[in-house]
Amino acid sequence: MSANGKPKFAMYWAASCGGCEIAVLNIHEKILDVDANFDVVFWPVAMDAKYKDVQAMPDKSILLTLFNGGIRNEENEEIAHLLRQKSQILVAFGSCACEGCIPGLANLSSTKEIMDSVYSSVSTVNPEGIRPQTSYLMPEGEIHIPKIYPVLKTLDQVVPVDYYMPGCPPESHQIGAVIDLVVKVLHGEASLPPTGATIGADKSTVCDDCPRERNVKTIKSFKRIQDIEKVDPNLCLLEQGIPCNGLATRQGCGALCPRAGAQCIGCYGPAEGVVDYGARLMTAFASVIDSQDPEEIERILDTLPDPVGQFYRFNLAGSLMRASRSAWNGNGKT
Amino acid sequence: MSENQPFEPVIIGFTCNWCSYRAADLAGTARIKYPPNIRLVRLMCSGRLDPTFVMKALANGADGVLITGCHPGECHYLEQNYKALRRYYLLRRTLAQMGVEPGRIKLVWASAAEGVKLAEEITKMVEEVRSLGPLNWPRWEGENGHKAGMELKAEEVAV
Repeated sequence: MSANGKPKFAMYWAASCGGCEIAVLNIHEKILDVDANFDVVFWPVAMDAKYKDVQAMPDKSILLTLFNGGIRNEENEEIAHLLRQKSQILVAFGSCACEGCIPGLANLSSTKEIMDSVYSSVSTVNPEGIRPQTSYLMPEGEIHIPKIYPVLKTLDQVVPVDYYMPGCPPESHQIGAVIDLVVKVLHGEASLPPTGATIGADKSTVCDDCPRERNVKTIKSFKRIQDIEKVDPNLCLLEQGIPCNGLATRQGCGALCPRAGAQCIGCYGPAEGVVDYGARLMTAFASVIDSQDPEEIERILDTLPDPVGQFYRFNLAGSLMRASRSAWNGNGKT
Repeated sequence: MSENQPFEPVIIGFTCNWCSYRAADLAGTARIKYPPNIRLVRLMCSGRLDPTFVMKALANGADGVLITGCHPGECHYLEQNYKALRRYYLLRRTLAQMGVEPGRIKLVWASAAEGVKLAEEITKMVEEVRSLGPLNWPRWEGENGHKAGMELKAEEVAV
């Protein structure tokens, strides 16, 4: 408890885009409930605080920490350990912390490939070919930046996590519901879910929330949504050949994308009980391909040019394989 | 495995109860030899093969995976082996993108009478994987995190 008697709250971003912070602010007036019930002690996006302030806090003195972002470098991991030590409840908040998300797709490339692409490709004006150095001697002394890891890790690959809150970003109404629950717990009106649970989402799949009509699926080719002249507004997108990931993705968003006429891309992560999200999708997609002829099957699969991008867009770092061999090679491990 | 010993690939083989598992049995009773590098797992049908099984095997130390099933048109459950075929193609493409050579994943049709064929295919695959070398996919690193010691139970991946 702080001097004002309120429990402490922290939020941190590691390798992420900042969308999770926006999503938290997007809960509108409920943010006042956060302020009324918590003392915000550490939230780099919203307020000024230093790591040494957190280091000075007693262990377990922060009641609730929302940690978003994957573990991309030494700094991310150091702060993950620090916040684990100082927090009673550590929530992997958002897809990056839960399963790696878009930054996790860098696990397909080695560190060298990533650096070449960022600092030496046509997209960058860098005539002197400057690359980041982890230490540099300035007149004032030597300065350091954190080392990048060859493979992005999810939060729970680094420290034990109490709860998972999926979504890219988590939907505001789901954040609101979780905050309501935590406030009730503080007032003794509710109890916390079991450790390791996924909060702010349901257990089934996006299909359960999707209003589109579903029939037996038989697919002769996969199509990009922009290549279809007219997408049937009422029919299951997968039946129309559009690779929709809803059937393996956790329910929680209210099927926003399929309702708006776009395929689900899987930002809510695997549904309850699914061990490897991409494997589940492969099972499903392969089942609905309408062919028994090996050559034709290969031709149909050619219409899915980027299987990893399709099946692991949000999930690569949290999948069974976790990274590609070239990324592991950057680690010198393989 | 110590550094001095030659590389012995570990291959996980998924067999169908109605054909390839019996083919392996037949190979045994007929005293047909095949290398001990393969560890057979019996499924009720090749259509039961969730790609999760293959990736779990590779991520946990296997150097290759052999999937076997009934010949096309002969599936005990009508057409599940075609699903296995499509999953195999898709899985092979996905794993190739992750840097796993297609030669490490193989699909073979073997009826209950084809003990000799199965033994030959196993021998061939072991030699192919041996020439590819160890896969050595990095495993979950021990003491850190919740999932570090995660063991998959068959029920958890049930369709």
